[in-house]
Amino acid sequence: MTPEETQRYSRHFSLPHLGVAGQKRLKRSKILCIGAGGLGSPALHYLCAAGVGTLGIIDHDRVELSNLQRQILYNVKDIGQLKTLAAKSRLLKQNPNIDIIAHPEKLTEKNALSIIQDYDIVLDGTDNFNARYLINDACCVLGKPNIYAGVFQFSGECSVFMPNNGPCYRCLYDTPPSISPNCSEAGVLGVVPGIMGTIQATEALKLALGQCSSLVGKVLRFNALNLTFETFTLSANPDCPLCSNGQSFYDLSHHHSQELCTMTSLNNDASTSTIEYITPQALKTLMEQNSDFILLDVREPEEYEECNLAGLLIPLRELNLRHHELDKEKSIIVHCRMDGRSLQAAEFLCQIGFPTVKYLKGGIVAWAQEIGDMPNISIPL
Amino acid sequence: MQIILFNNVSLSMERELTLAELLVQQGYEENGFAVAVNQTFVPRSTYASVCIREGDKVDVIVPMQGG
Repeated sequence: MTPEETQRYSRHFSLPHLGVAGQKRLKRSKILCIGAGGLGSPALHYLCAAGVGTLGIIDHDRVELSNLQRQILYNVKDIGQLKTLAAKSRLLKQNPNIDIIAHPEKLTEKNALSIIQDYDIVLDGTDNFNARYLINDACCVLGKPNIYAGVFQFSGECSVFMPNNGPCYRCLYDTPPSISPNCSEAGVLGVVPGIMGTIQATEALKLALGQCSSLVGKVLRFNALNLTFETFTLSANPDCPLCSNGQSFYDLSHHHSQELCTMTSLNNDASTSTIEYITPQALKTLMEQNSDFILLDVREPEEYEECNLAGLLIPLRELNLRHHELDKEKSIIVHCRMDGRSLQAAEFLCQIGFPTVKYLKGGIVAWAQEIGDMPNISIPL
Repeated sequence: MQIILFNNVSLSMERELTLAELLVQQGYEENGFAVAVNQTFVPRSTYASVCIREGDKVDVIVPMQGG
């Protein structure tokens, strides 16, 4: 830490849970703010001031005059500019010690996983349901904490969704309302997103410092008119398509449909997949040539014990948390018993940026039928 | 008579109702909202089996999409 930083963050150093070690932790943290509007403005300001080392900002909008009533990142000169670039310029004046990555694009099912995967924590400061369901699903797929807030007129709500450890946005709202006005239609008191965005920043800093969030399994609702904060308890919904039986999908292909918020079945159909396959014979040849690739087995440990091809075992349900164990430089061949799980795993790995991923067509069953030779087998298939 | 608090307004029910019956009575027939009984959210699949009694607090929570 430089002398300038020591002076800048001096008010943090005597705080319990923070201190110099905590400040270094903040500096190592990477937080992504999706939406740089009413919620994102205060959240980004405080995260930047606190010394979070890397702040990502994703937004495809440009600054408009009607934004200035609440979006405190911007001023009159920014009108017409991309929000991400105007925000970056403003924030770097506040704290030039941090990295700010502007993503001036719309979050879609195609870029969500590749953008989000580089960050530790996500703040949802968007203004529409499609984006909120997309962020929720992407964070569940990647195992990233999602700090959610929404506002309406004089009210706001906030919750923290921790994948694999608590409910998600779909547990709370299984479907969006058929009609729901946004801020431009219904209006919003400017300080309401200010308060809610600041609460999002508070929870983000706590998570970055390794503390628990107070809003996991809770929904905080704020009403500015009677100045009340109400807390509700939320458990994982047994009917939630994401949380009900572990993770039931591993990509965002269901967001391709027109009704982006609606869950449809995941793409595990080999006939519609664009993932390349490799035949058992071709795999055998690669093995004999000692080619440099990773054979990834995404079955369960019990299946692996029965018979295996000496591949690296990461069960599909753990892949979102353990994909860091795989070397991105190497090509990856995924297999399961047949094709279902390996295709989901391969599509997931492709979406988060693995350049060469193939799956073993027919899985270990096809290998047993076509090659027969199985070095690690204790029980016949 | 059973007195409950529905969306922070006092409401009299002639008898105990299931949450599903109460919602229909109050005009909430579509999806797109969540319901909390005594500050705890209730999964939609249990609306027909949750009984609302004297003194209960029921809140229909509509998501806020603004940001």
